[in-house]
Amino acid sequence: MTDQSLHPPIVNVALMPAMAPPADVRPGPVTWIKRNLFSTPSSAALTICFVLLAVWLLHQFLSFAVIKAVWSGGRDACRANPEGACWPFIAEKFDYLRYGAYPVSERWRVDLTQTIGAILIVWLLWTRAPRRKLAAMLFFVFYPVAAFVLLRGVALLHLPVIDTTLWGGLLITLLMSIVGIVFSLPFGVILALGRRSDLPMVKAVCVTFIEVVRGVPFITVLFMANFMMPLFVPDYLTPDRLLRPLIAIALFSSAYMAEVVRAGLQAIPKGQYEAAKALGISYFDMMRLIVLPQALTIVIPSIVSTFIGLFKDTTLVAIVGIADFLKAVETARVDPNWAGPTISSTGYLFAGLVYWAFCFGMSRYSQSMERQLARGHKS
Amino acid sequence: MPQAVYIPRREARGKSVVAVELRDVNKWFGSFHALKNINLSVPRGQRVVICGPSGSGKSTMIRCINHLEEHQSGEIIVNGKPVAQDLRKIDEVRSNVGMVFQHFNLFPHLTVLENCMLAPVWVRKMPRMAAEELALYYLNRVRIAEKAASYPGQLSGGQQQRAAIARALCMNPKIMLFDEPTSALDPEMVKEVLDTMVSLAGEGMTMLCVTHEMGFAREVADRVVFMDRGEIVEANTPHEFFANSRSERARQFLAQILK
Repeated sequence: MTDQSLHPPIVNVALMPAMAPPADVRPGPVTWIKRNLFSTPSSAALTICFVLLAVWLLHQFLSFAVIKAVWSGGRDACRANPEGACWPFIAEKFDYLRYGAYPVSERWRVDLTQTIGAILIVWLLWTRAPRRKLAAMLFFVFYPVAAFVLLRGVALLHLPVIDTTLWGGLLITLLMSIVGIVFSLPFGVILALGRRSDLPMVKAVCVTFIEVVRGVPFITVLFMANFMMPLFVPDYLTPDRLLRPLIAIALFSSAYMAEVVRAGLQAIPKGQYEAAKALGISYFDMMRLIVLPQALTIVIPSIVSTFIGLFKDTTLVAIVGIADFLKAVETARVDPNWAGPTISSTGYLFAGLVYWAFCFGMSRYSQSMERQLARGHKS
Repeated sequence: MPQAVYIPRREARGKSVVAVELRDVNKWFGSFHALKNINLSVPRGQRVVICGPSGSGKSTMIRCINHLEEHQSGEIIVNGKPVAQDLRKIDEVRSNVGMVFQHFNLFPHLTVLENCMLAPVWVRKMPRMAAEELALYYLNRVRIAEKAASYPGQLSGGQQQRAAIARALCMNPKIMLFDEPTSALDPEMVKEVLDTMVSLAGEGMTMLCVTHEMGFAREVADRVVFMDRGEIVEANTPHEFFANSRSERARQFLAQILK
């Protein structure tokens, strides 16, 4: 016998109406600040310290780069001001930083190549753009040929041949990273699939490649590409001195990409493979239509990290004598005509800003991509 | 509109009247003997319910039929064709055998409609328009046509399983395999999936169904196969099986689940 006065039956006939949250839990900027920044005295103290530190750092940066910087005038104005950046130096060296020693009269060819490239990349990356398949075809098939013809030149088309020793600056950095990015993803996917293959020979080849390349520093790979490749192939087949590091960078980043893609492949449940197989879908279609779209979506952040790493690693090609963007900054910096107290800091600051702008762009794009894909299939 | 083309095949096209035949099939996982001398012949149009305690080899057996698991000895013949190593032949067998999984295994990055269209388009090489029409026909039949544009993650478990059934039916399979189709569902969703399966059974589809739904077995099965420890212990009509099963193991199993 239960005692009815202690445990009366509960019967709710009327539906309880929903109520608005009380003021102190209602979402809003004030609540957020209170909860996250000033929840306890020590958290308030930390908040204040960090705000002060951030303000101080920002002030230091702005005073060097903007407030006390030299914006006009020549080298004398810069020499007279040891407090701020010397932007006229960058303005004068700007063309050199972009093209290296590429002949001045032919620089329009670089501009044209880069403009076409930029248009195609935007077309390709802008997910709501029309006819993206055409963009992909133009970018991956037509553009490499066009870029080769324009940049290197073909005498038949009255475009004088410009030797690759003259190429330099941002041109090299962009060329290296775009080739690296475009090759590393498909090769990485192939290597990752190979590593997970049931065929022992395929698997062994892929594992060996990935582990050897990942186990060797990039600089070593560059040296090997530069000095050892000519030893193995006959003279008339030796690739151009610019092509050698290009091959090295593509192979090097493919090995890293392979491991990133493999992580994505491992995250796909077995049931997805089984469902595809049970429908009679072939291995190739299963990977292309079901497994890879899901696996690559999962690892977008790591793929972009690898791209960003690759972009910054292109600075290492300077070691084998290629004048990339950073090397161009370095060369411009030691120009005796411009010797001054802040020339070096200005050069490196500019280089940092340029690299940061590209990397930040990639990172933002990947985040918007993630959001877009997540919207698709999460409830 | 050539609608008639997409009506499910009811008549046998091949000569064989046996849809699935297993002869002395053995399978080992490492040294564990998972299937022991399995002999089973399922005539076209028969509905077979396979039951038994967990780990008895029920799922392994039906997964061998479309070669999701490899058997090591014996013969499996599906629609008159032996299931063997040859990859192309396996894909051919698979495209005529539909399978429904315990955990649905819908493709989460595709809408329900795209899930259903994928195999007809890429395996049967059907034009997209025709595949879409076909997919909508079957989504309608499992009564979730209004969810065609949704992603699987937005559906309830029961709806997902019905979508998975529609996806399998879009290949016009001659045989359907069900691997515990209701085991992962909340109780209130079991019925909608079972109803779909009952209506499918009513159309003469050859069905092999691993399930613990004894009500379903009683209602639609032509035969109940009871397995235990990798062997077929008893195969009988549902009436005989439930009323007076001959083996002690089957009686024990029934006592456990029909409490």
